[in-house]
Amino acid sequence: MKNNELETKSELREESLFDKTVGRRSFLQYAGAGAAGIALVAAGCKKDRGYENPTMNGGATLDFKDDFGVLNYAYALEQLEAAFYVKVASAPPASFTAAQKAYFQDIQFHEIAHREFFKAALSTAAIGSLEVDFSSIDFTSSASVLGTAMAFEDLGVAAYNGAGPRLKNAPYLLLAGKIVSVEARHAAYVRDLISNGTFADLNSLASLGANNSGGLDAALTPDKVLNIAKTYIKTKINVINL
Amino acid sequence: MNIVNILEEIQKVDGEIYERLNPRRAAMKSFFNMGKKISLAAMPLALGSMFQKAYGQTALPAAVVDVLNFALSLEYLEYHFYNHCIVGKTAGSSVTDVTFNFPNTASQAAITTIRDHEKAHVDLLVGALGSSARAPIAYADTDFRAGGAFASVYSDYNTFLAVAQGFEDTGVRAYKGQAGALLGSPVLQTALQIHSVEARHASHIRQMRTAAGTAVYKPWVSLGASGQANDSGVAAVDAVYAGEDLTVQAGANIVGIGGNAGITKAVAVESFDEPLDKASVVTIANLFLRDGKKL
Repeated sequence: MKNNELETKSELREESLFDKTVGRRSFLQYAGAGAAGIALVAAGCKKDRGYENPTMNGGATLDFKDDFGVLNYAYALEQLEAAFYVKVASAPPASFTAAQKAYFQDIQFHEIAHREFFKAALSTAAIGSLEVDFSSIDFTSSASVLGTAMAFEDLGVAAYNGAGPRLKNAPYLLLAGKIVSVEARHAAYVRDLISNGTFADLNSLASLGANNSGGLDAALTPDKVLNIAKTYIKTKINVINL
Repeated sequence: MNIVNILEEIQKVDGEIYERLNPRRAAMKSFFNMGKKISLAAMPLALGSMFQKAYGQTALPAAVVDVLNFALSLEYLEYHFYNHCIVGKTAGSSVTDVTFNFPNTASQAAITTIRDHEKAHVDLLVGALGSSARAPIAYADTDFRAGGAFASVYSDYNTFLAVAQGFEDTGVRAYKGQAGALLGSPVLQTALQIHSVEARHASHIRQMRTAAGTAVYKPWVSLGASGQANDSGVAAVDAVYAGEDLTVQAGANIVGIGGNAGITKAVAVESFDEPLDKASVVTIANLFLRDGKKL
C-alpha cells in the first residue's frame, strides 16, 4: 500500500509514540525527526514552558510557537466540551427524549475519549486540568443545553479548522482531522435538534469564519476562539507566540 | 465573505502574499472595491482567480494541483448526484427518471442545501486551479446506478439516501486523507473548511435515513451491528468504511482510555473518523463514472 497515511500510522505504532510506558522521551525523539523537530526537542526540554504545573494556580500557558501549543489548545477545548457533556449526561433536561439522552451519552464519551487521548499523547507536555464555569448554563432547560452544545460544537469546528494550518507535522494534522469531522457531525446533529435543516447553515456561522458562497465551514484563529470560550473557563489561559 | 481572514491565514504561511498579489498593493484595493460590486455567488471564482494570479502556475506545486483536481472530481460527482435529483423533482423538468417522492419539504430542502454546497465547492476548486483544473465532469459522464448495483437510486428514496451517505462519508475520508499533502500550502485552510462541511452533510443524511425507515443510523460513523467497520447496513459499500473501525490512535488504545469503562469499542470507533487513501477513493468514485470517464 502506497498510502502515506497508513505508512504514517505504522510508523507511529512502531515508535510507540504515545505509549505511556515509553513516555515523553520517545515522544520528543519522534518529534525530533526533521529540521523543525530539532526546535521542538529543545522547546520540549525546557522546564519553564508552563506545562509542568498540574494545579494550574498560575493559569495555563498555551505556547503556539510549536505543535505542542496547538495540541494543548485542542486539549483545553476538549476538556471544556467533556466537562459540559458529563454534566448533561448525568442529569439531562427532563424534556430530552430517550434517543436524545442516548446520543448525548455518546457525545459525552466521544469528548472524554478526545480529552484522554490528548492527555496521553502530550504526556508531561500536557497542561493541567482546567476549571470550568458553567454558571451561565441552565442544565434543566433543553433550550439552554442545546444552545450551549451547538455553540461548543460549532466553536470546536472553527477552532480545529483555524488551527490546522498552524501544525507543522502531518501526523498531528491528521489526528486533528480525525477529530474535527466528529465534532462537525455532533454540530450538525445538535443543530438539527434545535431546528431541523440547519445542520450546515453556513450563513449563521459567518461570525465564526464560515463562508456560505464558497460552501466553507467555520474557521477561527485561537485568540478569537479563546475569547469566546473564556466565558466558560475559570482558569486563566495565557497565550504566547501566537 | 471573510476574504480578509483568508488572506491573514495565508500571510501566516506566506508573509509575502500581499506583495505577490500586487507589488504596489493597488490591485488589492481594487479587488476589495470590486468585491462590493460583484455578487456574493461570484466571490469564490473571483477569489480563486486572485490566488491563481498570486501564485501563478509555478507556485501551486504539482502535488497540490493533483490533490485539488482529485477533490474536484469528487465534488463534481456529488454535485451531479444531488442535482439530478433536485432537477428531476422540479415541475416541468426534462429529467423524468427521478420517480421517488420526498417525504416532506424539509428533506427536499436539505438535499438542495447539500447540492448548493457541492456546487460552491466545484466553483471554488475550479477557480483555485485556474487553467490547471481538470476537464469538467458532466452528468452524462456519471452512472449513479453503478452498473445496476444501485438500480433504484432514483426510484427509491431509501436507496438514494444510502448512496448519499456513502458519498458523504467517502468525501470526509477523502479530504482527511489528503490533508497532509497540503501541509504548508495556503489551500489547506480551504480544504479543511470543505472537509467539515461534508461531515455535517453526512450527519444529516444519516439522520434522514433514520427518519425514513425503521433502522437507526447514528449521525457519526459507528461500529456495524455485527462488529464490522461498515455501519451503513449496505454491504455493497463496504469499501467506503474499510478501516473505520480503528481503535488505536497514534499508539494509544482508545478503548477504556484513562480508566473510562464507558469508552467501549463502538465509542472508540465513533470518536475518530479515519482517512481513506487516494487509490481506495478512486476505486469507489469509478463505480459511478462511465467507461472512458473513470479517474
